[in-house]
Amino acid sequence: MVESKAMKPSREVGIIGYGAYVPRYRIAAEEIGRVWPAAGSTPVEEKSVPGLDEDSATMAIEAARNALARCGGLDPKLIRAVWVGSESHPYAVKPTGTIVAEAIGATPSTLGADLEFACKAGSEAMQMAIALVGSGMAAYAMAAGVDTAQGRPGDALEQTAGAGGAAYVFGPAGESLAVLEASYSYVTDTPDFWRRPYQHFPQHGSRFTGTPAYFRHLLGAGSGLMEELGYSAADFRHVVLHQPNTRFPTRAARDLGFKPEQYRTGLLAPRIGNTYAGAMLVGLSAVLDVAEADDRILAVSYGSGAGSDAFVWKATEQLSARRDLAPKTETYVARREPIDYGLYVRYRKKLYAH
Amino acid sequence: MRDVSIIGIGQTPVDEHWGKSLRHLAADAVLAAIQDAAVERADALYVGNMLSGVIAGQEHLGALIADFVGLRGIEAFKVEAACASGAAAVRLGYVAVAGGLADVVIAAGVEKMTDESNEVVTSGLAMAADGDYELPHGVSFVAINAMLMRRYMHVYGVSHDDFANFAVVAHQNAVNNPNARFQSSLPTSRFLDAPMICEPISLMDSSPIADGAAAVVLCATELVKDPARAVRIRASAVATDCLSLHDRRDPLRLDAVEMSAQKAYMQASVAPTDIDFFEYHDAFTIMAALSLEASGFARPGRATELAREGAIALDGRIPVATMGGLKARGHPVGATGVYQIVEAVQQLRGEAGANQVAGASLGMTQNIGGSGATVVTHILEA
Amino acid sequence: MGIPQYWRLQQQNYRLMGEVCNRCGKRIFPPRDVCPECAQPAYEPYQFSGRGEVYSHTVVYSAPAGYGEYAPYAVALIKLEEGPLVTAQLTDVSPDEVEIGMPVEMVTRKIREFGEEGVIVYGYKFRPAGQLAEMKAG
Repeated sequence: MVESKAMKPSREVGIIGYGAYVPRYRIAAEEIGRVWPAAGSTPVEEKSVPGLDEDSATMAIEAARNALARCGGLDPKLIRAVWVGSESHPYAVKPTGTIVAEAIGATPSTLGADLEFACKAGSEAMQMAIALVGSGMAAYAMAAGVDTAQGRPGDALEQTAGAGGAAYVFGPAGESLAVLEASYSYVTDTPDFWRRPYQHFPQHGSRFTGTPAYFRHLLGAGSGLMEELGYSAADFRHVVLHQPNTRFPTRAARDLGFKPEQYRTGLLAPRIGNTYAGAMLVGLSAVLDVAEADDRILAVSYGSGAGSDAFVWKATEQLSARRDLAPKTETYVARREPIDYGLYVRYRKKLYAH
Repeated sequence: MRDVSIIGIGQTPVDEHWGKSLRHLAADAVLAAIQDAAVERADALYVGNMLSGVIAGQEHLGALIADFVGLRGIEAFKVEAACASGAAAVRLGYVAVAGGLADVVIAAGVEKMTDESNEVVTSGLAMAADGDYELPHGVSFVAINAMLMRRYMHVYGVSHDDFANFAVVAHQNAVNNPNARFQSSLPTSRFLDAPMICEPISLMDSSPIADGAAAVVLCATELVKDPARAVRIRASAVATDCLSLHDRRDPLRLDAVEMSAQKAYMQASVAPTDIDFFEYHDAFTIMAALSLEASGFARPGRATELAREGAIALDGRIPVATMGGLKARGHPVGATGVYQIVEAVQQLRGEAGANQVAGASLGMTQNIGGSGATVVTHILEA
Repeated sequence: MGIPQYWRLQQQNYRLMGEVCNRCGKRIFPPRDVCPECAQPAYEPYQFSGRGEVYSHTVVYSAPAGYGEYAPYAVALIKLEEGPLVTAQLTDVSPDEVEIGMPVEMVTRKIREFGEEGVIVYGYKFRPAGQLAEMKAG
């Protein structure tokens, strides 16, 4: 028997609440280029920079609080998992998840591990949380993806490595702002980008990160899910793709048949850079901020190593009522304090890193 | 309850005593006081100190110094109440003598602040504040006082310049005090131009920290051999408040100062108008202002007027810091309270030289721990 | 302070959990178990909203040990809307933009780290309430 590739939980699951966080500091790609001149155009306009007192835990806490607010009065003790995906967890051993769980009042009857799968650690957490709720093991579960990614000074990735993230609370479809139709994950062992322990900055395979990595997995998951469900691009109002820069998601969206008005809302990389494990999640939150009831949304992440998680969501009537209960993603994106490369080096502690 | 007098005083200069350790510094002051008192024995020694553990890695100062000054075997304890440790030591000496449990007690204060880095000393001083809810937020002691000063200025419409005379008068008085840390006068313009260290507190709003030791010998008045040089303790009163500024009933009202001062006035059956001079705790100019108000010398928000009018000068209505105060004589924190009493005794004996307050017969000393959490007030009579 | 000391203060530092006095209704932060208003036992947990205004402020340039990497930073006395005053740092704001009376809201940030190997302490700071106010309804 050929099993369907699309995954559906035993009971219907949806997004009960969602929230994003982006720090206020920005550095223009041109400013980085002033110090590290490079040929060609800049991959984004500017990227977000975390302040001295911020890290993945603090960003996840604010995103989680926003998500909880949009749940509209949910007792946090009913959230039975707080799973945080990142490639910049504050500790190598000691979960970010427990810090967030404590900060939102979900402890002690909860799960709280951390996830790592480069930029798809957050969406991997989403799959797990959906499964926990969908199996009936929990009524509610939270997944977050956050990052304060570091780029090696002078490396191409320094221009795009941004900071930010978002959190999602999953629960019964009947209470949801958006219901899950199905998901599909496409994973292979592809070493396009990695970081060994005790190394401060990651390494990457230059052009190897393109066709065999990002495009193969993202299109594999996205088109794979669309085919299984019998959808074409025209069936969706919005699409959100992993966005390491402006060019990749634009090209991938077009490859899947999407038009600019479909991918524009969820494409924030030009203004905040690549928020790594937060990227698709933050893009999705921007879409949910404006989506209308019955809008179908395709969201596909990509994580180096490599793999993609694809989800199809359908917005409900309840979305417009509850989305004003927390700051919109655009509010965070529009909140900006530009800094120069010197301050950026101080904030990112690059002087101490080797 | 017996009447208690001070029969001997001793003090070291307030300075950076690189060549002297904690025990040597304390001994200098204690031995000088013993000689001044012309006694050969004491029943107890109380040593006021705040930072010996943090800076010298040394606690247990009572027994240490009793032994070092040749009084091994007597009752001795270290007394700690942050920057009020010195006066607290005097208070306990008073209690022992007044209660009839001792005839002659030495109360000393000693502080060595130069043996460690600025960071360590700052962290140590900050322990006068609330360790759970003030310190973990990265506030320094100066920052706490700065927030107090800014709020005061905001509520009462007073400017930074209005605080000048608290510093100017202190420095003027220190010119004639050979033991003072700074013995030069402070022109008002230098106060006005002083650099900010923690806005709105400038360099000239803050007292200097340094090393120093002072000591007094207390004796039951009925046993005093040389009454001409003895100074009677007419009042000894302590009050406390919460440590943190944020928990105060009203941060701009030093309730513990008010309670301590009122208790002292009642014990001595006097009013603020009877006080001839006031050795107050001018760790910062804002503390000087708030002390004057809570002690009843000015109404709330009006202390800077007192300063501007010159009422606090030696020839004014209420002379303060007559030998330089914390601002210019200096603030070796655990010793300061004893310095205040030593200086008050000098005034009341008529031995204050060029700084003599004419006709001084009733003096008040007040030592404050933290931002107002422990206040020890004494009233002394010639 | 050692790890257990910080750990015991987590509910206060992460969530501004205080107490409410069942007798007189006073909201108490930090929690102290005896109501400072009416001196009755006060053990009922109370979650503060995190909203307040600046009561006073200053800027710390010469930071205590452990906080130097963040200096200079603004610190303030914040009057919470429920009544109590708290001492905290301000964040996401330039120190010269701070004014007495400025509305603020609580955020959870890094307070300090014990070097590169030690624990990270998280706790409350306050940022201007206006920054994200436009999009927040209700």
